[in-house]
Amino acid sequence: MLRMEHVHKTFSPGTPDEKKALIDFSLTVAEGDFVSIIGANGAGKSTLFNAICGSFAVDSGRILLDGRNVTMMPEHHRARMIGRLFQDPMRGTAPDMSIEENLALAAGEGGWLSRVSGKDRKAFRERLSLLGMGLEDRMRQPVGLLSGGQRQALTLLMATYHAPKVLLLDEHTAALDPGTAEKVLALTRSIVEENRITCLMITHNMQSALDLGNRTLMMDQGRIIYDVSGGERKGLTIGDLTDRFRQLSGRKLDNDRMLLTKA
Amino acid sequence: MTIDKFLALSQTAAELGLVNALTVLSLFLSYSMLNVCDLSTDGCYTLGAAAGALVAIAGHPWLSLPAAMAVGVISGFVTATLQTRMGVQSLLAGIVVNTGLYSVNMALTGNRATLNMNKTATVFSMAKELLRGTPLAGQSALLVMLIVVALVAAFLCAFLKTKLGLAIRATGNNADMVRSSSINPTFTTTVGLCVSNAFTALSGALMAQQQKNFEINMGSGMVTVALASLLIGGVFFARHKPVPLRALGAVLGAVLFRIVYALALRFNMPAFMLKLVSSVIVVLAISGPYLRKRIPLAIRRWRASREGGRA
Repeated sequence: MLRMEHVHKTFSPGTPDEKKALIDFSLTVAEGDFVSIIGANGAGKSTLFNAICGSFAVDSGRILLDGRNVTMMPEHHRARMIGRLFQDPMRGTAPDMSIEENLALAAGEGGWLSRVSGKDRKAFRERLSLLGMGLEDRMRQPVGLLSGGQRQALTLLMATYHAPKVLLLDEHTAALDPGTAEKVLALTRSIVEENRITCLMITHNMQSALDLGNRTLMMDQGRIIYDVSGGERKGLTIGDLTDRFRQLSGRKLDNDRMLLTKA
Repeated sequence: MTIDKFLALSQTAAELGLVNALTVLSLFLSYSMLNVCDLSTDGCYTLGAAAGALVAIAGHPWLSLPAAMAVGVISGFVTATLQTRMGVQSLLAGIVVNTGLYSVNMALTGNRATLNMNKTATVFSMAKELLRGTPLAGQSALLVMLIVVALVAAFLCAFLKTKLGLAIRATGNNADMVRSSSINPTFTTTVGLCVSNAFTALSGALMAQQQKNFEINMGSGMVTVALASLLIGGVFFARHKPVPLRALGAVLGAVLFRIVYALALRFNMPAFMLKLVSSVIVVLAISGPYLRKRIPLAIRRWRASREGGRA
């Protein structure tokens, strides 16, 4: 489904701030895979997502999505195939526009001059009711009035309105309170499983990195240092992961957030 | 001031207010929806006035309005291209186009700083002709403006409800989200500025025809005057209200601004004060909410410093 071949990305090359964010990065994700990605700050996790989305052009290498070479495809063209959620619940929605209007843009049906029809509204209501947050009765309200958790759930719904080829979750529950985070994570799991969406999830929560999905990647300094799935992954504990990090990177896992975040 | 005089004064003020309301609706689209402060407004207003006056003088009063809108679209397209495809900052793009338009406008009029339209058939003189002998004869200009503003406002509201309109609103609200909805913000910004500048140019053309005179500096300061009206309109219907109400607020703001201005002139405020008053209104409306937050903080800081760190 997703293939990255020898991708390189260096920021500010030739300056003192030079940062090699992705180094000879290759990755193949099969259709229906749910991959969790962990790694310290600056490991290149978000850069990886930006490269897939096309927020910048990679320096070299190829990115293939569903068999198509998207390496040089503009961001808004790729967006058709990619759903993405950020840590900041504000980033995925337009606050001054109503829930209905936000959904209409995500649904993207009809021509430029088409309007939201009664049929669209009915479809939106049905989808919203799946979230179990009562948003289906608030469709005319501006999104800015919703809580962070509600906005993130709405963003999830929008990103998966048409099942994307790949869903990128960039710590999408990290800014929510634990209860809400759990709820949004459960919604994510059910939507992804129901539509069999290929999914990559960055998380600092090592427990959910092991609990969710069928494969875990550990990144460090622009590379994948540990890639585990299947039987080997089943028996892993948080302790195993931190040990593995120290062993493979030669450093201690210096990220408090990662060490302190338990289930 | 007698009632009659007041009514006559208000009517003229309402006419001018409605003419300006078109520029205010234009800024409603570019400033409030698209979140672009389009500083080419002054030049585009004059451009529309020049193009409209030339076409009217050539004997086509009705054609003058679409002609003005067409040149407005071109001007908007240039401003949009500079800021979306050529890396010119949004404010600078407006200023650069505004400056360039002065020469364009002079070239259009054949290096004449004024065009007199006393004997020219305009949309207003045609309407007067049409209504001669009816009870509405005295209000023909007001009627023309009411119709034009109603049409433009209705178009704008319908437009903002289409998918394209929603995309334009979202571009001003959260461009990231627009990109992730597979829509190119460059495209939406361009369309938005083309449409808004068409209204600005229309506004200028109608102003020249209402005044029966084109003057090369007639647009100077227009962006501030219109912004002041828009922000006054925002007092009636705030940010989270439905779009049609906010558009109505913009029109009301323009008319109210003009009426208050006319009254101030009656009470001997010199006419040259218009622009200073506009500037002050814009500053107050924008910095008001900011200062409301800052001033209590400043007071606390002053109190703290007076206590001088005593426990």
